[in-house]
Amino acid sequence: MTTPLLQIRDLTMRFGGLTAVDKLSFNVERGVIHGLIGPNGAGKTTTFNAISGFYKPTSGDIILRDESIAGLQMHEVAHRGLVRTFQHSTLFAEMTVMENVLVGTHMEFPPSIWNALSRQDAHDRSGAEAKAMEALDFFGLTGFVDTLAGELPHGHQRALGMAVALACRPDIMLLDEPFTGMNPEETKRMMTLMQKLREAGLTLLLVEHDMHAIMGLCDNITCMSFGKLLAEGSPQEIRNHPDVIEAYLGGARHVA
Amino acid sequence: MRKSIIWLVCVAALAALPHLLSFSQQEILVVLVINILLVVSYRLMTLTGEWSLGHVVIMGVGAYTSALLTKNLGMYVPVSMILGSLMAAFVAFLLSFPLFRMKGFYFLIGSFASAEIIRLLWKRFRDPFGGPKGLKLIDGLPDINIGPIHIDFFEPTHYYYFAVIVVAACLWILWRIERSLLGLTFHAVHWQDKLAQASGVDVRRFRTLAFVLASGFAGVSGALLTHYIGTINPNTFDVELMVFVLTWAIVGGTATFYGPILGCVALTVLNEIVLREMGFEQARPLIYGVVMIASILFLPNGLESLVKRGVAAWQGRTGGAGAKEKTP
Ligand SMILES: Nc1ncnc2c1ncn2[C@@H]1O[C@H](COP(=O)(O)OP(=O)(O)O)[C@@H](O)[C@H]1O
Ligand SMILES: [Mg+2]
Repeated sequence: MTTPLLQIRDLTMRFGGLTAVDKLSFNVERGVIHGLIGPNGAGKTTTFNAISGFYKPTSGDIILRDESIAGLQMHEVAHRGLVRTFQHSTLFAEMTVMENVLVGTHMEFPPSIWNALSRQDAHDRSGAEAKAMEALDFFGLTGFVDTLAGELPHGHQRALGMAVALACRPDIMLLDEPFTGMNPEETKRMMTLMQKLREAGLTLLLVEHDMHAIMGLCDNITCMSFGKLLAEGSPQEIRNHPDVIEAYLGGARHVA
Repeated sequence: MRKSIIWLVCVAALAALPHLLSFSQQEILVVLVINILLVVSYRLMTLTGEWSLGHVVIMGVGAYTSALLTKNLGMYVPVSMILGSLMAAFVAFLLSFPLFRMKGFYFLIGSFASAEIIRLLWKRFRDPFGGPKGLKLIDGLPDINIGPIHIDFFEPTHYYYFAVIVVAACLWILWRIERSLLGLTFHAVHWQDKLAQASGVDVRRFRTLAFVLASGFAGVSGALLTHYIGTINPNTFDVELMVFVLTWAIVGGTATFYGPILGCVALTVLNEIVLREMGFEQARPLIYGVVMIASILFLPNGLESLVKRGVAAWQGRTGGAGAKEKTP
């Protein structure tokens, strides 16, 4: 058996007295779509923040391939092939759609003063724009190249956030509620695109509260509640798991 | 083709300009050219979203370094200017370690405090900085004598040409940087540092780079100034000048490359031509304050927004169809 791409081991994240994530452990296999679900406030976003380096874990370990990435900064994690999107459309609102995705090509075309002053810049820019166009094309955004990101419709903003992440050419993408603000049709199209990404060899870890999307899309699901692991397994197993049913029916209305 | 004609006209205008002015106005013109580099370099640092209050002291580091190298070591002036600029960049690099632990308001205060410390060092140490009285009799740019050509840089017009060439070269570099992928990264760091970092941008490194670059060019402007006026002291680079730089940037606007230049030129004309001739010199800081507040209230996007609107209106009138084609 091959080792998992991403291993979360006893991850704990405390804010003062509040333990948002409590000794959470799970594995994400290579080339799958892995869902992370749980009632609102279960600690899913916090888990993402700890994995991606936005927070430094209080304790526990995070292993990408065979290297510990716990405590690294977000850009260091990105350089190792793990890129995340944000729960609320976090974009460069004042910049154009193209410029947004160009920032995603930063690692492939690292800027420098020397490049800026020589012909290298024009060369890099055309290379970066070609790569950016690929990502925009994948998400159907080529018609908005010169639009300011802040002026895009909400569903398109979510797609742009993913295009920026895709332009980073990651091995694994962490998507926090990618379908919020999308209508059913957009959601369906986005699900197809995610399957295409998986076929291309990308690994996806996603938080989502659209149960229909989660069940239809994921190969494996991890369910957490109050910061702790509740259950894990295939969509079938999760759907029929008594603890999961309990967690969703018992009190928490928002299922994510 | 049309572009090169416009450039030719600009060059001719810059060359002719000092000949249309009186001697004292020529002296002001030289300082104006130097101040343009100062405020444009300041804008480079604001691209990443941080506003420093230490920029003119960093300029002073360039000035002191270049002056001391020529005075004490007899160094050739253009070389000392380059070293002055590098020293300013280096001091900024050192300051970046404590300063970039802070953001926003705290960065502002931190930059002010560290600048005051540098100024105190200049005041405190008579050797080598000359104490409160500063440095006097600083060498000018050496004369150029090639056969029949004789250029004496004590002549403001001649120094003006020298400064224009140096400043134009610096502005070209700053312009290239802004338009490059590097400039894009600076903007990204400003608008959404979280997303930039998630995309692999080492935010701290690029903030530092913008700060160091801006400081290097501020050092050039300091060196240009010191070898022109020939005497500097800690008060040459005091808070009043910093307030002027902020006013130029805010009145002109910082969204475009030319905004701060507009602000600097407009306020210098107001200041030197109007106020001085009318004998209001004492009230200068007061009037600058009023202008700054008025521009924040009535022209929040700066003079550059007027230019943008003017250009848009002009395009709308001359070629409505052409203007529409550009924005589908
Ligand atoms: N930066 C923070 N400081 C303090 N508490 C936080 C912080 N981030 C999250 N929390 C808390 O951690 C818990 C889990 O939040 P979160 O991870 O956003 O849940 P989810 O994404 O599963 O809805 C919540 O109780 C939230 O209030
Ligand atoms: Mg969340």
